[in-house]
Amino acid sequence: MSEITKHTLANGMTVLLQEVHSAPLITWVVLYRVGSRNERTGQTGVSHWVEHMMFKGTEKYPASILDREIDRLGGEWNAFTSYDYTAYYEKLPADKIDFALDLEADRMVNATFEKSEVESERTVIISERQGSENYPLYWLGEEVNAAAFRVHGYHHSIIGDLTDLQTMTRDDLYGHYRAHYMPNNAIGVAVGAFDTSEMLKKIREYYETIPAGTLPKLFSRPEPAQQGERRVTVNRPSNNAFVEISYHVPPATHRDWFAVKMLDSILTGPGGGIGNNTTRLYKALVESEIAASISGGQSDSLDPFLYSITLFLRDGRTPQEAEAAFDAVIARVLDEGVTEAELARAKKQVRAAYAYSMERSSSQAFALARAENRDSFKWVVDYPHRLEAVTLDEILDAARRYLRASNRVVGHLIPSGGQE
Amino acid sequence: MPTLSHSIPSSENIVRHTLDNGITVLVYENPAVQSVVLTGEFAGGAVYERADRRGLATMTAGAVMRGTQNRSFEALSDQLESIGADLEVEANRYSVGFDGKGLAEDLPVLVELLADVLRYPTFPEAQIERLRGETLTVLNYYQQDTSYLAGRGFVEALYPEGHPHHATTMGTLESVAAITLDDLHDYHRKLFGPKQMHLVIVGNIKAAEALEVVRGWFSDWSNPDQPSILPSPAAPVPTTPKRVHRHVAGKSQSDIVMGFAGPARHEADYIPAVLANSVLGEFGMMGRIGDVVREEKGLAYHSRSSIEGGHGPGAWAAYAGVSPDDVEEAVEAIVEEFRRIVEEPVTAEELEDVKLNYVGGLPLRLESNEGIAASIARMESYQLGLDYLLNYPEMIQACTLESLQQAAAHYINPAVVTVSVAGA
Repeated sequence: MSEITKHTLANGMTVLLQEVHSAPLITWVVLYRVGSRNERTGQTGVSHWVEHMMFKGTEKYPASILDREIDRLGGEWNAFTSYDYTAYYEKLPADKIDFALDLEADRMVNATFEKSEVESERTVIISERQGSENYPLYWLGEEVNAAAFRVHGYHHSIIGDLTDLQTMTRDDLYGHYRAHYMPNNAIGVAVGAFDTSEMLKKIREYYETIPAGTLPKLFSRPEPAQQGERRVTVNRPSNNAFVEISYHVPPATHRDWFAVKMLDSILTGPGGGIGNNTTRLYKALVESEIAASISGGQSDSLDPFLYSITLFLRDGRTPQEAEAAFDAVIARVLDEGVTEAELARAKKQVRAAYAYSMERSSSQAFALARAENRDSFKWVVDYPHRLEAVTLDEILDAARRYLRASNRVVGHLIPSGGQE
Repeated sequence: MPTLSHSIPSSENIVRHTLDNGITVLVYENPAVQSVVLTGEFAGGAVYERADRRGLATMTAGAVMRGTQNRSFEALSDQLESIGADLEVEANRYSVGFDGKGLAEDLPVLVELLADVLRYPTFPEAQIERLRGETLTVLNYYQQDTSYLAGRGFVEALYPEGHPHHATTMGTLESVAAITLDDLHDYHRKLFGPKQMHLVIVGNIKAAEALEVVRGWFSDWSNPDQPSILPSPAAPVPTTPKRVHRHVAGKSQSDIVMGFAGPARHEADYIPAVLANSVLGEFGMMGRIGDVVREEKGLAYHSRSSIEGGHGPGAWAAYAGVSPDDVEEAVEAIVEEFRRIVEEPVTAEELEDVKLNYVGGLPLRLESNEGIAASIARMESYQLGLDYLLNYPEMIQACTLESLQQAAAHYINPAVVTVSVAGA
C-alpha cells in the first residue's frame, strides 16, 4: 500500500491523501461524523434525507448543473448514509478533480433546502423505503435490529420510520445540516493519480476559507448488556421462510473484532465474491438440504453492533430445523474451537478479498474515511496484519464470549400467505 | 509530478492468439494490481433449449461445478476457496460464459479448474438434485419478487411464444422440475466446446506464461457436435399496445417495466440508440424519465431506461418502482418521454452532454481488472476489433441529432408500447 498522509487544516478539517497511479482517476470523499445512530425518536431518517437534499443544489451549483456536470466530465458521484456517518464522493478523471473539490466545499455550507424540494423528496424517500419493504427480508432485518437495540440508535433503520418520514419538516432537516456540516466535523479523503503536495494545496484553497463551527454534541446512548435471548417473529406474505440470528459483537476498533472476522470466514465465508461452499454453516445447512443458501457478516461499526447470519430455507423446511442445525454448529465451535487448517484458509481468503477491494480508488478512499471516523485511518493499513495475527485461542475466546444464546436475537420470517 | 503511463487496451498491448481448436486467448498485463481475472464464453445458452426445458442451460452451467471426473464438488470448492479464488459458469441467452478471479499467483489453478469443469463434468445425481432444490426455492422466491415478475411479464407479453427472448434464462418451476440427468449430459455434449470460444485474462501476469497455461489445459479439447451458426431471431413487431398486471399480495410498491425490442449489439444504429437512451433515461439523474418521474413528480426512487444489447433483439425498456396509486401517472409520463424522443430531436446541448459522458467516462470503465476484461471480451464477442476503444471517441462524435432520432424511431413506437406491472 502506498503512503497515506494525514493533515489538519486551520479550520479543523481532517484530510487524508494517498497517491495511487494505476489509473488516471481521483476519488474525493467528504465524510461527516454523523449518521442514523445519532438520531432522536421523531427524527429517524434525518441524516439520510439530508443526504438527499445535498443533491438539490446551492445558489452557485443548482441541481440541474451538478448532475449534468459530473456526467459531462465522465465521472461518477454518489453518497451513502450509514449508522455511523454520512459520506459523499466523486470519482473523476484526474485532471477534472477541481470540480469535485469545489462542489463539496460549496455544499458543505450553502445547500438551500428549498421547501418545495423537501416536499418532493419526501415522497421519493418514502418510495425508497417502500421499495425495500417489497422484500420480506427487509422486514425481518428491521425487527431483529430493533429487538437487539432497546436504547442505542442502531435501533432504527437508516432510512427512518415511516411516521417520521411523513412528519419531519424542512426546519428539522436544515437544523441537522447546520448542526453537523462544518469543516471541523468533516474528513476529506483523496485517493488517486495526484501529487500529494499539489493536492493538499488545492484542498487548502477550497476548504480552509470555510470557518469552523461549534462542534455538535452527538446524541448517543450506549446499549446496556442484553439479559437473555430475544426472539422475534415476522409474518409477511412470502413464499419462503428465513431465519436471522444476530449476536452482539464489539466495534471495529476492539481487538476481538478481528477474531470474530476470522470466525465468520470459517462459519459463513469471507465475502468479497469468494464462495462459501467449504464453510461450516454451508455444510450443516445447505448440504443437509435445510437451506438453499446461507450468508453472514459483521460490519466495521463505530459502536458495538451485530454479527448476523441469515438462513434462506428451502421449500418445506422449518425455522426450527434450521435453528437446531445452526445451534449444533455453534455448540461444536464453543466446545472445540476451529482447526489450524480452517484458520490458514481464512487468512489466505481475507488477504485475497482485501487485495480485490483495494483495487478501486473509491473503495480505498471509503475504507480510509470510515476508519478515520472511528479513530484512525491506520486501521486500514493494519487490517491485513491484524487478521494475520489472529490465533486459534483468540477465536475460541471470542466465540465463547459472543456466540452465547443470551447475547443474541433470533428472528423468524414465517410466510403468512403466498401469492394470490 | 509522477509520470502517468495509463494505456487503453488496444492491439498494441493485448496479446491475442487463437489455438488450433478455435479458442481465442486474449491477455492484458496489468502490473498495478495483485489479482487476475479471467472471463470468456462460447456459443450456447438458453437459445438452444426446448420450450419444455427452459432453464436447462442455466442448470447445466451450475451443474458443471458440482463435480468432475477429477474432482468431487467438495474437492473443487476446497481448492478454489482455500486460495481465496472464485470461479463461476453461467448461461446467458446466446452463450455460456465463465468468470474467475484470484490472486495473480494462482492463475494456473484457476485455468486448470476451469478446464476441468467445462470439459469433464459428471453431473452426480445427488448433487444435481440438491442444485435443483435450491433453484426451485429461488424460483419460488421470485414468484413474490415484483421486480422479477414485472420483467418476466414484460418479455412474455412482448416476445411471442417460442421466441428466444420470450422466457427468462432461469426457467420456470415446471420446466426446471422436468429437467433430467440425460438432458444435462446431452446439453453439455452438444454445446460445450472450443469452437469460437474466447478467454480473456487480465491482471498481474505475464502474457506468454498465461498463454502457455491455457494451451496446456485446453489445446486438446474438441467437440465436432458444436453448432457453427448462432441463431439470430427477428425482433417482434407489435401491432397493438399490450398491458399485463400481476397482482402480488402485501407489497408496498409496484414495479413497472415498459418498452420495446431494442437493437442487437451488431446493429449499425446501436451507438446512436445508446446515446438516445442516455438522454431518455440515464444521463444525470436518470435522464428525462428520471427528471419527470423522480425529480418533478416525486413518484419514484428509481426510474430509468436501458438497452439490453447483446446478440439478439433484447429489450429497450423503462423501469420504475412506484406506489400502487401512482402507476397510471408514471406510465403516462414515461409514454410521453418515449413519444418525445421519437418525435422531436434531442437538443444540441443534450447531444453534447451524452457524447462527453460516453467519451470522458472511459477511464472509469477501465479502472479495474474486471472493467478491462469486460471491454476486451465485448470487442471479441461482437467482433469490434482490438482498436475499438481507440476509435470509440470518433464513433461517438460521429453521432448526430438526426442519427439519435432515427435510432429511437427505429425501435420505439409509443402507440404499441408493452407495459408490465407487478405489485398490489
